[in-house]
Amino acid sequence: MQNSALNVKGLWPSLLTLVLLILFPIILPQFYVYILAVIFVTALLAMSLNLLVGFGGLFQFHHAAFYGVGAYTFALTVTKAGWPIWLCFLVSPFAAALAGFLIGWFCVRLTSLYFGMLQISLGSLLWAIAFRWYSLTKGDDGIHSIPIPGFITSKTSAYYFILFFFVICLVVMYRIYKSPFGVTLQAIRDNPARCSAVGINVRRHQLTAIVIATFFAGVAGVLFVILEQSVFPDLLFWVLSLEIFIMCLLGGWFTFTGPILGAAITVSLRTFVGIYTEYWTLILGVILILLIFFLPEGVMGFFAQKFGRGRNKSTAPAREQHAES
Amino acid sequence: METVFSVTTAAVVSQFFVGLSRAMILFIVTAGLSFVLGVLRVPNIAHGSLYMIGAFCAFSVAKLFGGGSTGFWLGLILSPLIVALISLIAERALFCHLYQREHLMLLLFTFALSLILGDLVKLVWGAEYRSIMAPKTLQGFVSVWGSSFPRYNLFLLILGPLVAIGLWFFTNKTKLGKIARAAAVDREMVGAVGINVSWVFAFAFVFGCFFAGLGGALVAPTGTIALGMDHHLIIEAFLIVTIGGLGNMWGAMVGSLIFGLTQAFGVLFWPQFAIVFPYTAVVIVLIWRPRGILKSVW
Repeated sequence: MQNSALNVKGLWPSLLTLVLLILFPIILPQFYVYILAVIFVTALLAMSLNLLVGFGGLFQFHHAAFYGVGAYTFALTVTKAGWPIWLCFLVSPFAAALAGFLIGWFCVRLTSLYFGMLQISLGSLLWAIAFRWYSLTKGDDGIHSIPIPGFITSKTSAYYFILFFFVICLVVMYRIYKSPFGVTLQAIRDNPARCSAVGINVRRHQLTAIVIATFFAGVAGVLFVILEQSVFPDLLFWVLSLEIFIMCLLGGWFTFTGPILGAAITVSLRTFVGIYTEYWTLILGVILILLIFFLPEGVMGFFAQKFGRGRNKSTAPAREQHAES
Repeated sequence: METVFSVTTAAVVSQFFVGLSRAMILFIVTAGLSFVLGVLRVPNIAHGSLYMIGAFCAFSVAKLFGGGSTGFWLGLILSPLIVALISLIAERALFCHLYQREHLMLLLFTFALSLILGDLVKLVWGAEYRSIMAPKTLQGFVSVWGSSFPRYNLFLLILGPLVAIGLWFFTNKTKLGKIARAAAVDREMVGAVGINVSWVFAFAFVFGCFFAGLGGALVAPTGTIALGMDHHLIIEAFLIVTIGGLGNMWGAMVGSLIFGLTQAFGVLFWPQFAIVFPYTAVVIVLIWRPRGILKSVW
């Protein structure tokens, strides 16, 4: 799995999955196509978070804030500023990245839990703006029926649109993960003191990682608006941040594709168990506890170990590091 | 929205006391959270759910005894005990097997627990809004410097410092408290001198959760009891223990005062964005002192 981008043989499963995903809207009912699109958006958000949590070792506790910034920027530029739609597409992820830079600039000065707490309070300020500034954001009502171009209004075309950007982001993130920068980031996660001793600027690397990750969170936010055509303050609420954090842990935070699985499990549980009972979070809680006891590396981490592929060499030292901090 | 700032002295005094009494409830809850953080080193997300259970238990006990004064006082005593019992079961059945695991897994466990407890509350009490009355002796108002002030809040202002003194006495003067403090600093050493660390942890967890229940029972007469009160509390509680200094009981007091007062004055000066004030205070504190105001035990 690690070398699949270079190894043609390892590329087969990915290509097969992609073909299946392209064919799905033809065979599956509309509802499932919609759920799949929700999973892609959530998975992109979770993966952007995992860039920081799994590979950066940062306690990014309020990632949803940037998702919300991306979504709100898109919604506001479309409805209020009336810019051409492609410009709105372009601007929104950069707005999220800018928010990421400003918040990250303060946060990287702190470590572990303090980092997370400062981020929660700064992110909550963004949430308060979305929640309370009625004249701009319509407060807790949110903004609904946002006009988007005609070619993506149907759920199937929105699905293809989201799938397209999801795959692009996935490839870019994989390249980042494999790049010297990505490797340095993982080294910083495992041993920040030693990295800074050999001359790596730890804070600058972490800040860069935050900017990149928040950019992708912004992309996910735009895709959310494409799918739902509405925004509301809950997108920036810290409960969502916690949820996506849990998705990373659930899927396997030391694996690249783990968060996709975590997002898929959570979204499907909410959707399909939610049909039968309103107590789906109870079931999610029980599943989480079973997982903690039996699959401590997450679902994907478990499979990666069991089949001996994609085993992350840095897993063991990373665990020690986290146990210490 | 019309924002006319007719800030009179009476209004300032009144909001000051409202903030103080809110801070006392926050202190009682966060002191428990801080204790668990200090000894077990686990940010207990389920603390908010236990607080909510405390409030709902207070409602049920009060209803069981006809909603009068006896019901309230019994609720105040029983609901923390019920909450402590729930946490004891969770700790001994599941949590105690996980202490060797990495930190984020423990965090994940407490999150899972909060999901389960939150849904159990919905299952047992339903989604309706509830409320209970303060007992007769604590109803009505007293006049303080020209502004009327609810008696119940005065009761909170007395109770908060009492709990603080009691906690200080417990952690500094009793053997059990000293052991718990020692386990916070060096758990291997505590084990080496022949103390069962697992039971010390169990005790610390249950003791901390007891205060979540007490806070829940105390907050019940001041507002509505509803699902979702756990979410709002837990984030405030985490921020408070962080700015105060992790695991430091007096830090929880300082943090609660900052949070309660900035919130109360925010309501006075800029009601629309009152919610922004405490968060801004947290940001300022953390930039000024990255490890909290008072010494953290971590």
